[in-house]
Amino acid sequence: MRDEGRAETVLTVSRLRIAFATQNASAGPPAPAVDDVSFALGRGRVLALVGESGSGKSATAMSILGLLPPSAEVSGSVRLEEEELLTASAARWRRVRGGRIGTIFQEPMSAFTPAYRIGWQIAEAIRAHHPRMSRADVRARTRELLGSVGLRDPDRVGRSFPHELSGGQLQRAMIAMAISCEPVALIADEPTTALDVTVQAGILELLRSLRATRGTAILLITHDMGVVADLADDVVVMRQGAVVETGPVDRIFAAPEADYTRELLASVPRLSTLRTAPVVPRAEAVVDADGLAAEVRDAVIAYGGRGLRGGVTAVSGVSFRIPRGRTFGLVGESGSGKSTLGRAFAGLLPLRAGTIEVDGIDLATASGSSMRAMRRSLGYVFQDPASSINPRSLVGDAITEPLRLHTRQSAGERRARAAELLDAVRLPAATIDRFPHELSGGQRQRVAIARAIALRPTLLIADEPTSALDVSVQARVLELLAELQRELGFACLFISHDLAVVKELADEVAVMRLGEIVEQGASETVLSAPEHDYTRRLLAAAPVADPAAQHERRRQWLALGAEAPETAA
Amino acid sequence: MTATTAREDVAVPARKTGFRTLVGNLARDPWAVAAATTIVVFVLAAILADAITAITGVDPYTYNQHLLDGRGQPIGWGGGISATHWFGVEPLTGRDLFAIVVYGARTSLFIGISATLLAVLIGTVVGITSGYFGGWYDRITSRAVDVMFGFPTLVFLIALMAIIPADLPRPPFIALVIGVFGWPGISRIVRGQTLALRERNFVVASKAMGARSWRIVLGQVLPNVGATIVVVASVIIPGMIAAEAALSFLGVGVTPPTPSWGRTIGEAILWVRTSPMYLIFPGAALFLITLAFNVFGDSLRDALDPRTARR
Repeated sequence: MRDEGRAETVLTVSRLRIAFATQNASAGPPAPAVDDVSFALGRGRVLALVGESGSGKSATAMSILGLLPPSAEVSGSVRLEEEELLTASAARWRRVRGGRIGTIFQEPMSAFTPAYRIGWQIAEAIRAHHPRMSRADVRARTRELLGSVGLRDPDRVGRSFPHELSGGQLQRAMIAMAISCEPVALIADEPTTALDVTVQAGILELLRSLRATRGTAILLITHDMGVVADLADDVVVMRQGAVVETGPVDRIFAAPEADYTRELLASVPRLSTLRTAPVVPRAEAVVDADGLAAEVRDAVIAYGGRGLRGGVTAVSGVSFRIPRGRTFGLVGESGSGKSTLGRAFAGLLPLRAGTIEVDGIDLATASGSSMRAMRRSLGYVFQDPASSINPRSLVGDAITEPLRLHTRQSAGERRARAAELLDAVRLPAATIDRFPHELSGGQRQRVAIARAIALRPTLLIADEPTSALDVSVQARVLELLAELQRELGFACLFISHDLAVVKELADEVAVMRLGEIVEQGASETVLSAPEHDYTRRLLAAAPVADPAAQHERRRQWLALGAEAPETAA
Repeated sequence: MTATTAREDVAVPARKTGFRTLVGNLARDPWAVAAATTIVVFVLAAILADAITAITGVDPYTYNQHLLDGRGQPIGWGGGISATHWFGVEPLTGRDLFAIVVYGARTSLFIGISATLLAVLIGTVVGITSGYFGGWYDRITSRAVDVMFGFPTLVFLIALMAIIPADLPRPPFIALVIGVFGWPGISRIVRGQTLALRERNFVVASKAMGARSWRIVLGQVLPNVGATIVVVASVIIPGMIAAEAALSFLGVGVTPPTPSWGRTIGEAILWVRTSPMYLIFPGAALFLITLAFNVFGDSLRDALDPRTARR
């Protein structure tokens, strides 16, 4: 923090303490959500607040905007250009919000009012702070702003409703709104978490140019160490409400002082350095039919429409095989059809053409009973553990649901098996009588995994199993999956948008785009020496948790043409 | 890694959910406690009507002409309130009003609760199946619900009650008719919830595990709409009680001499100037139980909503 002396300080937070009052009076004084947090943000600098969920980083940001719920008790000091904000009047604070401090939210899709056009919403933000500005001036300013955030056709975007734009376009429009009144500071709360990597790279590039051209100070809140490495100048690492470590980005990554920072960095899955030169692909090992856990041939899946035509084709002409005991990674951005394909493997979606065979059973022609037999040999782990377990059933019952469906075991036997399974996924035995909402996200995902392996499946489909989890929890869940696979020998179809995660786990990988596989092969080959342009762009766009290496990747990404992402749908 | 290991493996939080928490939450809400007490008192009075009226030796059928003056008015203060006749007596006949109100509770609660159960049963079955299975079945049932909503129920009920054979036992028949006309609202609510639940991952997960449809409906969907059903049921009971009272008030409900709040209120309207207490006691009973069920239903909804309960 000391080295910020060279830049003029814009925002100072010192000894900030936030506690949320609880209704439960017997619990004593509430534990602070944020405890004694101090940092300073200089003009033209990017300060990253890093931490996992529950670390208090968002509460800190909201306190700067005065947007905490009334139940929060805030003490300490937040100074914007030497003016104390915590004691400011409501009117003053209204002028600060949007006027002096702009905000970019995590979910651009839900941050705009669906009922108004984008241009109108940005104009409203301008009028709120400049009520006397003429209509023509406001319109010109809106247009200029939309143009300045790298949107190709600002007029069209301004006329559009939020649902007509892509996530990347919306986030750019959101940034245009945030800078509409020339704020001195921008608060970006997980600005790219909801976006695909290629879009994320573009948004980060835009934030970087804003800082350079306008000298805006940016307070970046994120859990993604790759984003930090890409954009930040200084880093504040938070954990459970307290600051663990503060320092310039290079020092934090190169020589972290706190154990927690080291741990956090160690948990981040890594991509190897990118080689852009194509290499000759190895001949694929031929697998005989007995060694196959699953195979898909020329699968076509479409939503909507009737009969054999019409509707939206989500997957077209996809073929690959998964050998027993191996992990097959399916990578792609949102809308690439990877989850659709996963569901088709579980027989949840009908195929329009082609075949899928799981454990020797053809799903397209399977009868009801052989479909049930197939499902016996299939485990499914969903992205969001919160919604994949029935909130009204106890963990023990949830885990043994497959046993109830496919075996005639007694309640006692099932309970014994549940205890075994909990032990296998490293959960305490007491979990058996808990409801899902009493567990943390990581614990819930372990429960979901326990349920998926209850019948010792041949094939486990893991659909983004860790993308809703914190990075250290993610590392441990992935470790668990790999361990279980070694023990039980199931094949795994691992669906993810995170290339680094796939690289750690998968033996083979297929890259999907717009319903088609663009590249397929051994994961080592595909993810370090990709042949296809799209794979290369995808890899270059994924940020890595190392500022120097990330600098190099960014250069490569820009060199790849970086086809302006907001033009893609 | 050690620190996170410790954090993830710390014992899961102590059990704080289920029925006991629900009761605890309700007990902290004074309105819920008052409403529940009122409901319990009324239900007990209805069940123990014989024992209660035996205390003073009254019944709702015996005429007591000696308690009336020459014009058929009860003698004494407040419509003839005395140690024997706690609520006074009926004008013109001298029947004990307390016994009438207590036995009336039996009629009202029996009809109200059984009609509700019937409506909830039909509504849940139709709603959950049409929401889960969809397709042509859903289209047909949804149109049926629309028709039921547009139907002039009260007029139809009055006409129906006028033509049914006199030897049919009235209270069960009334419960049946009110219940059969009361389910569309529940069906719509349950269908909406089922539609949302059907897309949830745990339902998809169950399907992927090979569960049959009926098992998913009973094991995954029903427990999750259960809370809503309980709340809706407690909110529509007063409506059902009022429907019976309305029918009896209009003279097509429970036949005399079976005591019924609705009919007693209907008759008391004629005497309101001379014997106001005749109207006030059964009216207050109807008002209290209706209010109690409504308030309790509201509190139940708050207590069952995880967003308010967990705070």
